[in-house]
Amino acid sequence: MDFLTIIQIADSALRLATPLLFACLAGLFSERAGIFDIGLEGKILASAFMSAAIAFVTGSVWLGLLCGVFASISFSAVHGMASITFRGNQLISGVALNFLASGITVLAAQAWFGQGGRTPPLMGGGRFLPIELPFALGKSDAEAAGVPLRILIEQANPIQQVYSEFISGHTVLVYVALLMVPLSWFVLFRTRFGLRLRAVGENPAAVDTAGVSVIKLRYAAMLIAGILCGLSGVYLATGLGAGFIKEMSAGRGYIALAALIFAKWRPVTALGATFLFGLLEAIANRYQNIDLGGIVIPVQFMQALPYILTVVILAGFVGSSVAPKAGGQPYVKER
Amino acid sequence: MDKMPKWADIALIPFLNLLIAFVLSGLVIFAIGENPFKALMTMIDGAFGSTYGWGYTLYYTTNFIFTGLAVSIAFKAAMFNIGGEGQAMIGGLGVGIACLFIPAVLMPHWTIALVFAMIAGAIFGAGWALIPAYLQAKRGSHVVITTIMFNFIATALMGYLLIGPLKLKSAQESASASFPDVTNLPTLHEVLAPLGISFSKSAPANVSLFIALAMCVVVYLLMNRSRLGYEIRAFGESPTASVYAGISPTKIIIIAMMLSGAISGLMAINATMGQHERLILNAVEGAGFIGIAVALMGRNHPFGVLLAALLFGFLYQGGSELSLWSKIPRELIVVIQGLVILFTGALDNMVRMPVERMFIAAAKRKDA
Repeated sequence: MDFLTIIQIADSALRLATPLLFACLAGLFSERAGIFDIGLEGKILASAFMSAAIAFVTGSVWLGLLCGVFASISFSAVHGMASITFRGNQLISGVALNFLASGITVLAAQAWFGQGGRTPPLMGGGRFLPIELPFALGKSDAEAAGVPLRILIEQANPIQQVYSEFISGHTVLVYVALLMVPLSWFVLFRTRFGLRLRAVGENPAAVDTAGVSVIKLRYAAMLIAGILCGLSGVYLATGLGAGFIKEMSAGRGYIALAALIFAKWRPVTALGATFLFGLLEAIANRYQNIDLGGIVIPVQFMQALPYILTVVILAGFVGSSVAPKAGGQPYVKER
Repeated sequence: MDKMPKWADIALIPFLNLLIAFVLSGLVIFAIGENPFKALMTMIDGAFGSTYGWGYTLYYTTNFIFTGLAVSIAFKAAMFNIGGEGQAMIGGLGVGIACLFIPAVLMPHWTIALVFAMIAGAIFGAGWALIPAYLQAKRGSHVVITTIMFNFIATALMGYLLIGPLKLKSAQESASASFPDVTNLPTLHEVLAPLGISFSKSAPANVSLFIALAMCVVVYLLMNRSRLGYEIRAFGESPTASVYAGISPTKIIIIAMMLSGAISGLMAINATMGQHERLILNAVEGAGFIGIAVALMGRNHPFGVLLAALLFGFLYQGGSELSLWSKIPRELIVVIQGLVILFTGALDNMVRMPVERMFIAAAKRKDA
């Protein structure tokens, strides 16, 4: 494996990690505020469908983004209602919303487009296109040199290779996701709102005693989770893919939750954890059957690897982590 | 009086929850441009209009009784087992291996084959639940996420086996060889014919239905009349209190989850052995997930599970008929399932709180 191949795998890992990173940060806000969110999966799916459908109909990916995020926020609102206002079981609510999303996206896709539960492929302005950063090798350089871009990058020096392949050439949402990491850190650990949000996940009674509304804080967390999760779905359907496909979230919501535990409920480590899962998926995509000196690892094993790793991480073989204390418990105000 | 009467708790509230879920489902059908009443009529006719329809409805009901009971046992121990789908898949693998590889001399009759298949299905299903159960009990890994992961892993494993080692070489599709004839279970047609009742020949309902009904009784006795059942319920109600009573959390979590997995695995005698008569991909068809809705709707009681399973059997069969005769795809059932879980499981208080207040107010007025 040469240097360029490694860079290419890392590049693909970054793309695949992006939806996980958005979802993981969504889970971070939600769980830090004391609400389990198994429903990330459903929110990703709902947003993926809405964004693709609207982007196809209007031809504008930005309108798609808006509607995708709106769909995700609506699911978040129902989850908030069930787990905050009506003090229902948060796991059950999340699972219910996942089923609802899984069914309703196919139903709506079939009713609107009649293509067996998917949207037609998105073209042109219906998708987020790669952004070429300054000084990166791109199409125009290739045309000027008169050789294919692939060859041009092969001949470039390693730093230019890393820059052109790995850093440049992603869609805007990838960079947004990366920006969200320091932003989430800042909001959670350097603002008053963040302090209160974390407190509400550890000891809501104390927050209430201080005269701050637990309910409002938790709804705010659900709103943020809805937006972030929405971006995850939007990226999946309009950046990574080109349209909505039935069940396209493929367990990413759950994997994001596992990454969150692995990351010990911290934004910066969440970046590392989701990148690891992205890397795994990238390797599985690139090498269908891996031949280890006579023993061939079947493709199904490679496909199952992210799920297996999720279990291994949850088993805590990688160090234990402590969840927010009040996670999953509805808050009942004393009278 | 500061509580509502018992009948309201076990009948009125679930009914109202269900009503909301169905009205919303109707609105969904309306929103995609179809007539909900016409759709309901098509569903009823497709599920109950003929013995053929009944045969499918009861076949699905059988599946859902198994998976519903499985989820409810885990619920009693405060475990949320979403892995019924994978456990049933792997249970099917056990049933398939028993049917394909136990030599014919050991299985002279279908009853004996059924016993072997049940043992294998239960062991495989329980085995698939063991790792998530162990990790929950010993390492605190969340059973919800691990069981979902095991569903994905089960799909990959079955995919590998059915295009690799277990695949019938001469066939195009990913499926094993057909099971030997002796393992084929009598269908309801064959069971009812001697009694002079004519029943559709081509419908898949089979003797597994009676095993499922018997399982309801067994689970009832186990949960309500045995020491183990008591321990499971005590642990589910209050883990800390049960520890003081000398109940081992590790033991209860593992046993409850394995029982749950075993009953999920038993579903395969209906689907794999009774219907498909060979191993195929996706023999479970989402029944593991529907088990969650069935258990919640049935209030985790075996009799409730039976009723809820029948309802979902109707919805499932009616839904597939509907997809044949209209533009509404089969995924409608997933929407209904999601809404039922949402309203009976998570938004229960939305109905319960106002109804409770109403009853209390009515009682006060009476007193005064």
